[in-house]
Amino acid sequence: MAVTKKKAAPKKSNTVKLKFDTSWNYAPAPESKSAATIHKQYDLFINGEWQKPSGKKYFDTINPATEEKLSEVAMANEADTNKAVTAARNAYEKVWKKMPAKERGKYIFRIARMIQEKARELAVIETLDGGKPIRESRDFDVPTAANHFFYYAGWADKLEYAFPNRQASPLGVAGQIIPWNFPLLMAAWKIAPALATGNTVVLKPAETTPLTALKLAEIIQEADLPPGVVNILTGAGETGASIVNHPGIDKIAFTGSTEVGKLIQRAIAGTNKKATLELGGKAANIIFEDAPIDQAVEGVINGIFFNQGHVCCAGSRLYVQESIAKQVIRKLKDRIETLIVGDPIDKNTDIGAINSKQQLDTIHKYLNIGKKEGAEMYESSCPLPRKGYFCRPTIFTNVAQSSRIAQEEIFGPVLAVLTFRTDDEVIEKANNSPYGLSAGVWTDKGSKIFNMTKRMRAGVVWANTFNKFDPSSPFGGYKESGFGREGGLHGLMPYINLTHQS
Amino acid sequence: MATAKSLLTVPDFALSPRIDQVGVEERAARFTTRSIKKESKLNGLKLVLNMIDLTTLEGKDTDGKVKQLCYKAIHPHDAVPGIPTVAAVCVYPSMVKVAKKALGDSGIRVASVATAFPSGQAPRDVKIRDTRYAVNEGADEIDMVISRGKFHAGEYNFVFDEIAAIKEASGEARLKVILETGELGSFDKVRRASEIAMYAGADFIKTSTGKIQPAATMPVTLVMLEAIRDFYYKTGRMVGMKPAGGISKSKLALHYLVMVKEVLGEDWLNNEWFRFGASSLANDVLMQIVKEHTGLYQSGNYFSVD
Amino acid sequence: MSKTSVHTTSLHTNGNGTGTTETKRLEVLKTYKIYIGGQFPRTESGRYYIPVNNEGKKLANVCLSSRKDFRNAVVAARAAFGGWSGRAAFNRSQILYRMAEMLEGRRMQFIDELMQQDASRAAAEKEVDLAVDRLIYYAGWCDKYQQLFSSVNPVASSHFNFSVPEPTGVVSIIAPQQDSLLGLISVISPVIAGGNTCVVLASESKPLCAVTFAEVLNSSDLPGGVVNILTGKPSELASWFVDHMDVNATIYCEKDTDIQRMMREKSALNLKRVFFYDQTDWTAAESQSPYFIFDTQEIKTTWHPVENIAGAGGGY
Repeated sequence: MAVTKKKAAPKKSNTVKLKFDTSWNYAPAPESKSAATIHKQYDLFINGEWQKPSGKKYFDTINPATEEKLSEVAMANEADTNKAVTAARNAYEKVWKKMPAKERGKYIFRIARMIQEKARELAVIETLDGGKPIRESRDFDVPTAANHFFYYAGWADKLEYAFPNRQASPLGVAGQIIPWNFPLLMAAWKIAPALATGNTVVLKPAETTPLTALKLAEIIQEADLPPGVVNILTGAGETGASIVNHPGIDKIAFTGSTEVGKLIQRAIAGTNKKATLELGGKAANIIFEDAPIDQAVEGVINGIFFNQGHVCCAGSRLYVQESIAKQVIRKLKDRIETLIVGDPIDKNTDIGAINSKQQLDTIHKYLNIGKKEGAEMYESSCPLPRKGYFCRPTIFTNVAQSSRIAQEEIFGPVLAVLTFRTDDEVIEKANNSPYGLSAGVWTDKGSKIFNMTKRMRAGVVWANTFNKFDPSSPFGGYKESGFGREGGLHGLMPYINLTHQS
Repeated sequence: MATAKSLLTVPDFALSPRIDQVGVEERAARFTTRSIKKESKLNGLKLVLNMIDLTTLEGKDTDGKVKQLCYKAIHPHDAVPGIPTVAAVCVYPSMVKVAKKALGDSGIRVASVATAFPSGQAPRDVKIRDTRYAVNEGADEIDMVISRGKFHAGEYNFVFDEIAAIKEASGEARLKVILETGELGSFDKVRRASEIAMYAGADFIKTSTGKIQPAATMPVTLVMLEAIRDFYYKTGRMVGMKPAGGISKSKLALHYLVMVKEVLGEDWLNNEWFRFGASSLANDVLMQIVKEHTGLYQSGNYFSVD
Repeated sequence: MSKTSVHTTSLHTNGNGTGTTETKRLEVLKTYKIYIGGQFPRTESGRYYIPVNNEGKKLANVCLSSRKDFRNAVVAARAAFGGWSGRAAFNRSQILYRMAEMLEGRRMQFIDELMQQDASRAAAEKEVDLAVDRLIYYAGWCDKYQQLFSSVNPVASSHFNFSVPEPTGVVSIIAPQQDSLLGLISVISPVIAGGNTCVVLASESKPLCAVTFAEVLNSSDLPGGVVNILTGKPSELASWFVDHMDVNATIYCEKDTDIQRMMREKSALNLKRVFFYDQTDWTAAESQSPYFIFDTQEIKTTWHPVENIAGAGGGY
């Protein structure tokens, strides 16, 4: 077997096409599940111990990639919420707020370390329960969650340096409700700053993805955190509502849909509860003709297909300058051909399972809307597994600004591509949204970057990159994407009262 | 030149696309997360072996050394059946005749470096004579170096014309153009040099001489693969890629293979269009192949060094 | 609020003397209008009310602003937002300082109006002095709070990452009912120092200074529309102040818990940021701080890759 001589006569460039269906392929590479222990049943984590739900009800949590049951978890009702809030209140008054800040910090450090020690297990469980690719839970969710605890642990005894001329004091008991797209990471985003600032916590993970939060409860128990400082209640929307409405809660931190965020804002009217809301988005990702195109294309791909597009800051609206639109669209189409859709536990999978049947239905609804609106739909040619909830990476071109697929949050692997001509035009279109969570801009020209990043009304702006996160970097939205920041020094603010220093 | 028609519109190379380094590195790192196991690994390893330009480019090269290398090229590891040969043997022009004879009708190509390799600091007529000499000695492939000094001085026409002249001097031999990326200083310049080489007629673009650090890296190879892809889309002409220097482990070579598969696809996944310039990579690949066959981790003692 | 009544009888003139003798010069009365987009229109509704002081003296025919006046004011505030927020912070500082100069120049007029509205001379003088000083205070903050609330964030990847405050947009404000000048200036100043524009409803019972302050604004290089001042009843307008979809934040300075509840409920319509400054003693030293500016700021975080050819660290 020596050199295989092939004819290399140039073909007409408008007919050439790269072939990604190659003869050399990747064998299945499933991550071993042996590192992970999932119990058959989980109770509620209240006051440092596992307590049976008052209503004696449990519900199933399934693997969305196989539709098989993984475990069953307790359904918390109002009585359970009451118990958890009471435990959190006691822990706050009697232990946590009195504890020297540096000791508080050490507990949080300890949790961070234990997450690292159990990283593989957490990653496997996250992937089984939520459907995200193991590559992401292993390389992103779990390490970033640990890092978040590390970051805020260090703040615990340094708060007097954070806010000049002000004394920071904790709020009390924080009720925290988190979504299904980054179950462990969102728990970390919520719990770490709350604990560092001296608050205690009642946290409710999402109905479809409770397992890593329960694993975190085990870690918290193992870390010997005083009972009641963190309580974890599993359940559905009603459990969340019972937390929001509980009079013993001082603060609500919610990440989820704008619709529910608004309900919460209404529900806490007339109370002294503070709130931070991290809600929906419809981020504009803008590519100018002078951009580093291949990196921009990769940024667009990561921007919309990361975590199946179940990302509030996903770059779901792509604005391409008309002069390079054809080129960019061709590159995008090539790139999605190389995305591997399939078993999330396989280490080579790029796009895992859609989190739930319900979400898959929502995505399909929008695919139909997009087609009806006359946009051109292009899907990857990849095969889909027969069982489980899967969706091909999809690109809509010829999309109008007024299309619903360009305005509404789909929360799936669906990209709407629009074109523009001038800077002013694209700024206007990018800001033409009730959302304002994130945005992206790609150009090689420094002064243009600053013009664009300044004028885009969004809480996080990525220039020549996209979907980057770091514990030290504040995250949160403008407008209907919510208020308050998580991460960084600014992420302390939602959990403290500031009083004038005497 | 067969490609003359497609070269009618030569772009302004100063306007070559800009490259964001951090983005390239992230993308390159992503390829390394692909898990290559079992039959996929075995097939990949064989493919890698078959893409190697087994290389010796030393002042102390002798007929004896080159002959041994050629034997190794044809018989990498006869103890295990079904192991492919390498793609080519790469030597200095003075060793071409020896290599050609030693390789006989094995089908393995002889590649010769030329053009005052590795510095390229010689007048054009010397480079042309160097090239013609290698071709006349029987070289199937010419690995030339670009004039990096002229490139940095912004004399892109000079660099372009020189490559075109060497291409002409190479005749039927396929021309690999070494950019010596370790001397170019940025990915923007790697991209620009890649385009100059391709528009000037290169059949392959190649990262490095192996004499300068850094030699081939995944990010720089990615930049060049993407330049090849864009050139292909613009002109319809395929150009090959050869990372050289610094790739000595099978695992890394498989990462490169992943990169070729996912950037250029099937048409480039063969030794007609992709090569590894390496000397010690072959034995590491062989050890891995034998490990896959036997299930035992191997020792270098069981594999011939040359 | 209880001190107002609607009359059609003639108005008392101000405290400089009443025209009883025919030989005495007839005083020219001032028309108190609202201030929208740098203009002084009357309310589109044609309605008015007459606030009365503790002595039963009718203060003026004051515009009873309507929902439409508010809408017009929001349009003006939105139109002014781009220019005002885009100005150099230093320039905003200059303009706030100019406002203080103009206020100082009209010191006697404000003292007089405050006294008409039941303040003692000493209290009125103190309030005007504090109001001038408060403007100076926030004029100084215009180009400093950014440094206080910004951060460069040491992210672990090869990116430069920084967070800066940006104005939230159009802010609707229901000003304090007492401290009708000082309270008004104390809530407006941090909002506009931070680059926002606003629509503010003056004290219902003591509206005179707010309208006169509009004249100060109009002669202070402050672009039209940055501050829009309405007069009227909070009980009537509060809900419009918080349900307008093009308003980004609302500040309410009274303790009425029904209104507070209504405001938080309605703020959910477009997730307005709502603030209740109902515990603040505007004469106290603590009633001024950059944290008031921070309330109507959004934090924007920007990322950009840092090239790393030579292998040096990426972050800062």
